[in-house]
Amino acid sequence: MSDAVRLIEVKEEIHADNERVAQGLRSQLGQQKTFLLNLMSSPGAGKTRTILKTIDTLRDRFRFGVLEADIDSTVDADLVAARGISAVQLRTGGFCHLDASMVAKGLAALDLSALDVVVIENVGNLVCPAEFDTGAVRNVMILSVPEGDDKPLKYPLMFTVSDVLLVNKIDYMALSDFDLQRMRERVLRLNPRIQIFEISAKTGQGFDQWAAWLSREVSSFIGPVSNALTGSALPPAQH
Amino acid sequence: MHELQITERILDIVLKHASGQDVSKIVRIHLRIGALSDLEDEWIQHYFDYLSRGTVAENAHLAIKRGPAVLCCQSCSCSFEVKREELGNAQCPECGEPSVELVAGREYLIENMEVL
Repeated sequence: MSDAVRLIEVKEEIHADNERVAQGLRSQLGQQKTFLLNLMSSPGAGKTRTILKTIDTLRDRFRFGVLEADIDSTVDADLVAARGISAVQLRTGGFCHLDASMVAKGLAALDLSALDVVVIENVGNLVCPAEFDTGAVRNVMILSVPEGDDKPLKYPLMFTVSDVLLVNKIDYMALSDFDLQRMRERVLRLNPRIQIFEISAKTGQGFDQWAAWLSREVSSFIGPVSNALTGSALPPAQH
Repeated sequence: MHELQITERILDIVLKHASGQDVSKIVRIHLRIGALSDLEDEWIQHYFDYLSRGTVAENAHLAIKRGPAVLCCQSCSCSFEVKREELGNAQCPECGEPSVELVAGREYLIENMEVL
């Protein structure tokens, strides 16, 4: 037996499997006409409240479902379900993020034929969720004013992968030294294409513009809505 | 924070490539990880040592090379490297344009491995 060291070429991307699953999920959602939105932020930035307010703003236009990811609790899913919105809780059991396979499992528990939009509330964390494609059509992140305007410097990847930045708790601005202009410059240098909306999930400020963006994105992905909410929906799917 | 999951993938991939190649031992695995990754090299090795016990990859050393963050200027299309901590303040060295797009720095690539 030779003990000479040989070199084996591998050239494999570690995330390739997840990306395959994510691409598959996106094309499946395209066929089913369900828009999947991945919402990311640190803990306490206001994800659940932003989701509820967004649904309140758009519930006459689209039928919403929510996938709630938490390391170990059901409090957010309970809150969403209490409003009569379809919600699935994904307990990640210690995992710091969701990947495409976990999302696919969660979606399987929802009746997608009855939903136009599913919002993923990702695990509260500005680091890990940024590295994993969930299969979502768009990535949206929240930075809340009390967190500070330096976060783009500390967590650059999250700002790089997001299509939209929601600057939440804008009503808190008067009590803070958060510099909006400086934050905006930092974010746009990381990601010149990102859309930035200033909102308050508490007062509803800024939701018109954010909801208008989301409506356009959903409509262009799922096509004309069958006006499900006025009773003139497509006939029930045949089983 | 997700070093364990990444390490499991590394082990799966190297064992797949070793199988059927008459490999008695994997000595060293060369990885290239982008500058934007927040993974700790030390923890990846630590988890790898644990997960690889009893396989041909046991005791393999992970040689991790950090790939640079590469930006592309939106105005003149030139590409340039920046340090991770300079990302939020980067501007094009050619034309001074602040609007730049990340083109590399997120990769997790297993390049090759040295085996016996």
